[in-house]
Amino acid sequence: MSTLRARAIELKPGLLPATVRSVWPLVAGIGIALTLQFFAKPVIGDFYAKVLLDIGTSIILAVSLTMVNGFTGQFSIGHAAFMMVGGYVSGGIVYYGSLLLFGDVDMAGGLVSSMIEGRDVPLVTRGDALFAVSLVAGGLAAALCGYVVGLPSLRLKGDYLAIVTLGFGEIVRVLIQSQTGDVLYTVEEMKERPFVGIAQMFTTPSDEWVTPIVLSLGGALGFSGLPFYSSLFWVFLGVGITLLVAYRLKESATGRAFLSIREDEIASEAMGVNTTQFKVRAFVIAAFFAGVAGGLFAHSIGVQLNPGELGFLKSFDIIIMVVLGGLGSISGAAIAAAIVTILPELLRNPAPLLKVWPVFAGLAALLLIATVFAAATGRRTRPLIAWLCIVLALLGLGFGARAAAAAGHNLGDYRMILFALALILMMILRPQGLFGVREIWDRSLWRGIAESLRAPAKKGGTSR
Amino acid sequence: MLVIRDLVVNYGAIRALHGISLRVERGRIVTLVGSNGAGKSTTLRAISGIVRAASGSILFEGKPIGRAPPHEIVRLGIVQAPEGRGIFANMTVEENLLLGATMRRDAAGIREDWDRALALFPRLQERLSQSAGTLSGGEQQMLAIARALIARPRLLLLDEPSLGLAPQVCQTIFRIIREINERGTTILLVEQNANAALKVAHHAYVLEVGEIALEGDAKKLAADDNVRKAYLGVH
Repeated sequence: MSTLRARAIELKPGLLPATVRSVWPLVAGIGIALTLQFFAKPVIGDFYAKVLLDIGTSIILAVSLTMVNGFTGQFSIGHAAFMMVGGYVSGGIVYYGSLLLFGDVDMAGGLVSSMIEGRDVPLVTRGDALFAVSLVAGGLAAALCGYVVGLPSLRLKGDYLAIVTLGFGEIVRVLIQSQTGDVLYTVEEMKERPFVGIAQMFTTPSDEWVTPIVLSLGGALGFSGLPFYSSLFWVFLGVGITLLVAYRLKESATGRAFLSIREDEIASEAMGVNTTQFKVRAFVIAAFFAGVAGGLFAHSIGVQLNPGELGFLKSFDIIIMVVLGGLGSISGAAIAAAIVTILPELLRNPAPLLKVWPVFAGLAALLLIATVFAAATGRRTRPLIAWLCIVLALLGLGFGARAAAAAGHNLGDYRMILFALALILMMILRPQGLFGVREIWDRSLWRGIAESLRAPAKKGGTSR
Repeated sequence: MLVIRDLVVNYGAIRALHGISLRVERGRIVTLVGSNGAGKSTTLRAISGIVRAASGSILFEGKPIGRAPPHEIVRLGIVQAPEGRGIFANMTVEENLLLGATMRRDAAGIREDWDRALALFPRLQERLSQSAGTLSGGEQQMLAIARALIARPRLLLLDEPSLGLAPQVCQTIFRIIREINERGTTILLVEQNANAALKVAHHAYVLEVGEIALEGDAKKLAADDNVRKAYLGVH
């Protein structure tokens, strides 16, 4: 009967297996990141390498928000603000660090952070080290903000919390946006007194500032001139670590406390969970990873770090990913982040879908036969019909694009409408998100779906 | 063990408890019966620290606990199995039970209580890896009680354990409640099913719109004609 003892032994292996078990995912993550960096980019080309980069950043953001909105069930809609804090701190450290240490702000990274091919540099340089430090610092700064904002506001519930986080996001955005002065010092002066300069920003009237290095944080341009350190390696290393932490967290005692708050806050309190403390914890961890994602975003090719881009629309994008994936599902959030990032790019030019039209037509025919069969034998047809609709929609999209092109229009111009339609359909057909609260590797998820296909149709009833 | 004096609780402008006083002696089952909206659950919530009292005092073993947050109260040994079972539906039975041990750090003691709780509810043993939302009503109630037991309560608060259960299952639950008490846990039981509650309890309080209407030995109350008429539905 001693089940817990057996489970405890099973869950607490010896030192060596424990070490191996905790280290291998990290090693695997670094391996995958390096592979992507050196092998994936030449294959998929620069454009899709950039899309992949955006997907990675989105995954970090979505998975980190899952810890708050998914695990703990608190509705935070100011996630982009943490990203902004992380981005600016990381950007500031790289910018001024480069000035002080290397004498200029040019890209000084090695092969791991180079998205530009053919540079004759070592694998890792001190530029990379500076970048890595800046990412961690950005994350920590965001986490600190998370703590300061979370401590008072997480005593609120539901709508109130949403409003406070929204307000926080807007405050950060407006504060940074309004920093448009020409600030700070020449390289030489920076070297002489690195910290005085920043302090003087606040103590000297602005017309007495010495200005050769022009820097504005907000305004129309944002924080411009940051070197592009973010590469597939760095981004997917971040993705790996985020996924790992999220997964281990979900399986830990702390994670259980998070989930219990989502499931039933009063019962959770009655079990002795200090709900406010655990909510703040979730908030701080999530803010940290959002900050890291902000740092990666700030140093991406084609990005001008600008608070206008990181307002509440960005926060909503992240929420869409989390809800689409299923509130509480790590793998769901990651996959939804990929879909939400890649779909607008695919819709930009859907005509290539026609190249593989026989595949779609074949799939559609198969699904149609299966649906007729299911209907004839009294099984549930709804999931099959849903898939049929998806296949037909993709096919229709290809034809639509061709027809539109023939008529002199570009279907890509309407891609955000199509994207919105897809989201609405998704929420009607599967309101709990892709995986609900489960993970893609949970057998119960697939068992549930398989059963719903196999089971005879019930009047008005849906199986679990 | 637990002494409540003149407890007043408000929900906004509505007064739920108009100054009630009650006392729970160590090692006994004390029940709080009454109809809907009498303030039974509110009393338990005030003891657990989930709602704040407007005035009055709650003493646990002589110490005032009226201002303590819920997690401190659990640490002191007062654990509640909340109304409507309050299980964590999307988590497994095992995870639910582990949450009972949230405030504890003594692994050996947890194991002991774990085994004991599962011995009381063998049904749960079979369903450890199942998600708690898929349990039947009776099993969910068992889970809620087992989870509270794993917190090793000195005073166990049970809120309507018979709510929505079939009579057969109800009997099992009440038998187990007595068994838990016989092993030394003091129990404060809130029930609408006054009949069953008075049978199992030693001492009883009858609550009526926020005030104590009657109190006394449970057996005597159950035999009292007025009580039978008003609360037990016997004519």
